[in-house]
Amino acid sequence: MFDQLQNFADWLIYSVFRVAPESHLGEALNFFVYDTLKILILLFLIIFFMGVVNSYFPVERLRNFLSRHRFYGLDHLLASIFGAITPFCSCSSVPLFIGFVQGGIPLGVTFSFLITSPLVNEVALALFIGMFGWKITLIYALSGILLGAIGGWILGKLNLKNYLTDWVKKLLAKSDKQEDVFENEKRTFIKRIPVIANDAWNIVKTVVLYVIIGIAIGAIMHGYVPENFFQQYLSGGQWWTVPLAVILAVPIYANAAGIVPVIQVLVAKGVPIGTAIAFMMSTIGLSLPEATLLKKVMTMRLIVIFFGVVALFIIVSGFLFNLIL
Amino acid sequence: MKTIKILGMGCPKCKQTEAVVQKVIKELGIDAEVIKVEDIEQIMQYNILSTPALVIDNIVKSKGHVPTIDEVKDALI
Repeated sequence: MFDQLQNFADWLIYSVFRVAPESHLGEALNFFVYDTLKILILLFLIIFFMGVVNSYFPVERLRNFLSRHRFYGLDHLLASIFGAITPFCSCSSVPLFIGFVQGGIPLGVTFSFLITSPLVNEVALALFIGMFGWKITLIYALSGILLGAIGGWILGKLNLKNYLTDWVKKLLAKSDKQEDVFENEKRTFIKRIPVIANDAWNIVKTVVLYVIIGIAIGAIMHGYVPENFFQQYLSGGQWWTVPLAVILAVPIYANAAGIVPVIQVLVAKGVPIGTAIAFMMSTIGLSLPEATLLKKVMTMRLIVIFFGVVALFIIVSGFLFNLIL
Repeated sequence: MKTIKILGMGCPKCKQTEAVVQKVIKELGIDAEVIKVEDIEQIMQYNILSTPALVIDNIVKSKGHVPTIDEVKDALI
């Protein structure tokens, strides 16, 4: 399928615009056209697919399930997996948090969900597949899920209930097991398609600008930054690059759509893959706007602990990736 | 008269939802009061986990996504 796209990009740049294939400009433009189209198609497909999954397994069902069962640790993994397949919207993280608390789900399990939900989201996955291929995407997704499960488990052990805001503590006191109530989810698959497609299209529309900017920057760097430019500075023993990348990434609120294409070029030019993945996990999973939203339900201290633990785990995974990949 | 509530803490999707609702009301000429609920404590009374949500006469009709025009029409009739 993507061969056709490459042919189209070649034809557009080399034949229609008559830019020489060997030139920096030609290479950069070709890269830009091909990657933008590929990413947009992947984005739509992945978001649509996630929408279908979510339509049949809404997060309410997970909440009610977790609310009624205890799995001695496995519930962390389950919450984390669901966090990955649930489409992420930062505006939903507060209602989700409260809903889980109301259902009497342990705080640690809720954290597992909350860590993975932004970290492994549909936009990030689509971009990863497009820019790094299936292997790296799978590694990213699996390690994100594990990170959420373990991070949530640790946060659960820290006994952080007292650092919730007051009204959430009150909710916690009267939490209750949740029963399934489904009103209008009896629509057939055919009837669900327009809604899901509409949603996917809306998400693609909101990120398209970031994709274009990210790929444009990537394309410029791809054409002009010399091969192995970063290798001279970053290869080998500079262990501190991983923590530095993670800390630098927290205040950067680029969504995955903008950041992944740039990182892909950095990796191509010699930045170690573990450092790059750690940087992306931190940009995508830990963002200041999300922290601001969480202030409704958590005290500043809890937010700092939450971000600290996740950042620590991201750094550890960064080291691991640099060792094994 | 119908009471239509749009639940959400002011995210872009909530505004899109309101626009869709207003469009449908106008098109169908329905007598309805549209209320935006942005307070999280009130939102949580509807037992939803994802916003935006559309509530018509105190029944949750959609949640977690911007409803399509047809969805809103179905919910209103």
